[in-house]
Amino acid sequence: MSVARLIERKEIVICAGAGGVGKTTTAAAIALGMAQRGLKVAVLTIDPARRLANSLGLPELGNEERQVEIDGSGELWAMMLDAKRTFDDLIEKHAPDERTRDAVLSNRIYQELSNAVAGSQEYMAMEKLYELQQEERYDLLVLDTPPSRNALDFLDAPERLSRFVDSRSLQLFLRPGRIGLKVFGRGTGMLFSVLKGVTGVDLLQDLSDFFASFGDMAEGFRDRAARTGELLADSGTTFLLVTSPRRAAIDEAIFFHRRLRERKLPFGGVVVNRMSTLAVHEDEVDVTELQALLGKRLGRKVASNLADYDAIATRDRENVDRLARDLDEGTPPILVPHLEDDVHDISGLLEMNEYLFAAEAVPAPG
Amino acid sequence: MSDILDKRLVFVTGKGGVGKTTVAAALGLVASRAGKRTIVCEVAQQERMSHVFRREGVGYEEKRLDTDLYAISIDPERSIEEYLRTQIKPTALYTLLFDNRLFQYFAAATPGMRELVTIGKVWELAQFERRNPDAAPFDLVIVDAPSTGHGLGFLATPRTFRDAARVGPISRQAGKIDAFITDPGSTGVVAVALPEEMPVNETVEFERLLADEMGMDVDAVVVNALLPARFDEGEAEQIEQAAAANGSPGVEAALKAALFEHRRAHTQRAELDRLTKELGRAPLTLPFLFEPDLDLRSFDELSHELETQL
Repeated sequence: MSVARLIERKEIVICAGAGGVGKTTTAAAIALGMAQRGLKVAVLTIDPARRLANSLGLPELGNEERQVEIDGSGELWAMMLDAKRTFDDLIEKHAPDERTRDAVLSNRIYQELSNAVAGSQEYMAMEKLYELQQEERYDLLVLDTPPSRNALDFLDAPERLSRFVDSRSLQLFLRPGRIGLKVFGRGTGMLFSVLKGVTGVDLLQDLSDFFASFGDMAEGFRDRAARTGELLADSGTTFLLVTSPRRAAIDEAIFFHRRLRERKLPFGGVVVNRMSTLAVHEDEVDVTELQALLGKRLGRKVASNLADYDAIATRDRENVDRLARDLDEGTPPILVPHLEDDVHDISGLLEMNEYLFAAEAVPAPG
Repeated sequence: MSDILDKRLVFVTGKGGVGKTTVAAALGLVASRAGKRTIVCEVAQQERMSHVFRREGVGYEEKRLDTDLYAISIDPERSIEEYLRTQIKPTALYTLLFDNRLFQYFAAATPGMRELVTIGKVWELAQFERRNPDAAPFDLVIVDAPSTGHGLGFLATPRTFRDAARVGPISRQAGKIDAFITDPGSTGVVAVALPEEMPVNETVEFERLLADEMGMDVDAVVVNALLPARFDEGEAEQIEQAAAANGSPGVEAALKAALFEHRRAHTQRAELDRLTKELGRAPLTLPFLFEPDLDLRSFDELSHELETQL
């Protein structure tokens, strides 16, 4: 199975999975592979290791796309998402007037914690994706999802942020005037003073201002979030689950797949990185034959090394089988073997692509 | 490293997937064997609980796993509730506030609130005087912290709230927590890495940022999953020569696996050397375990490895 078939005719590919499974690398490799097949591709990546960034022509953090030199007929563009700046840009765009804009941008809660605003990194990734899609400058967009505490955060991000900015009720809660009392009863005024006692007046004031100025932008945000949400479910979009063959990552992938299904979001397939593969089992190997070749001691060492690798390869195989059984999707997972060197440059990506874009299965290591 | 066990609170952090939970658990075993009443905290936030913790039935309550070894999975909602309960008297007022739908919404929407209450709970566990006067104090609290990118923000949360709130109870308490976690006598940081390019870079970067932004040191770096150097260069050459000749498929696969192992072990050691050079000191190392699934027994094995490097 080739990843090219899984994402055929798609305009957006979203790579999702647990932390440390090679999402960034996979997204970059897929983008490179598709560009070499003639498409104009942009890969949006978040916080890759510096050397991978360098190899893609991204010396530093920047919200601008840059072209990466490649062999092939298409174009590869890459950008590293700056969540804070995207958020600032969005405020600029949605603020009804300068006063509101300045009020938000200079609010201390916003300044110090805007990165922590309910899934803002995830939301900003979606936001940038939407923006690029609207501009129609690329044939294909590949998104590497943020190194989230929860791989699913970004699914909820548009809705969560729009709920967050739709803070009329919060304003009532924080500034319980007459309307607040009418709507929520007399308890609210007392609640407010209790809360003031716990948080301190300054913090509560900042929070109140923060929610209030966001409230003015609620409609713009809500519209935008709704359209971003639609984009996720569009038939031109597909989700690729990226995982390692380790149990925790597989568990996460199964969970994620369930969530995609619940939300009727388009699932494209699974990429399993770092597979340990062996052509044989240890018991098919004659130790005496090895010892005849290598001497007694070294022969035994090679045999015991094989036994260790067999155990790991068996475990990986079982975990991937469990994943395939649970997903029950018909498309087999694409397996990328554990490569000898860590992937951190174009030649590493090309090596990965021998497997990602392979016609079939994985050969033995080495 | 032995200093680490003399702290009250230790954060174990590192890039995603490097084995933070494994190292936190192994460190917990070392400490408890040294006679310290130890608790390992999983900072659940929105993440689902790690497999091992779930299997051992760890939840929000302090759960005893072994002599002097406890575990807890910290839940932000429960932490807010617990915190408010101690802040607001009488209970009727507390109930009024906590049961209010808008308050729940407010608490969830406030940026950084989840992190703040989580780290507040961790801090509380590390105090000799517990919120609950019946709760016995711990000698050492080990936190399986969020991965490095988030980890730094996590550690900075109390300071951010201290500064943002300026005055009032939250500022005061956040300031207290910040003072505790930035005091090297009380709190330590362990960074976990793999002997691979990206995790090594991230570890070096993390040490620099932690010093620049928090004025804190990384007390120990643990390189996890180091392959054994089974074959020396002479042996590798011998295997390579044998592999060039035609053998049975089984022999061929065995030789290939040996060469693969040799080259990966070699790459890993190069990365380990680079990390040693960049840090200016040798990290601790834990071996890769060729086992289908890590469990408490594997943690025990790893903890003895850690112990010998103290």
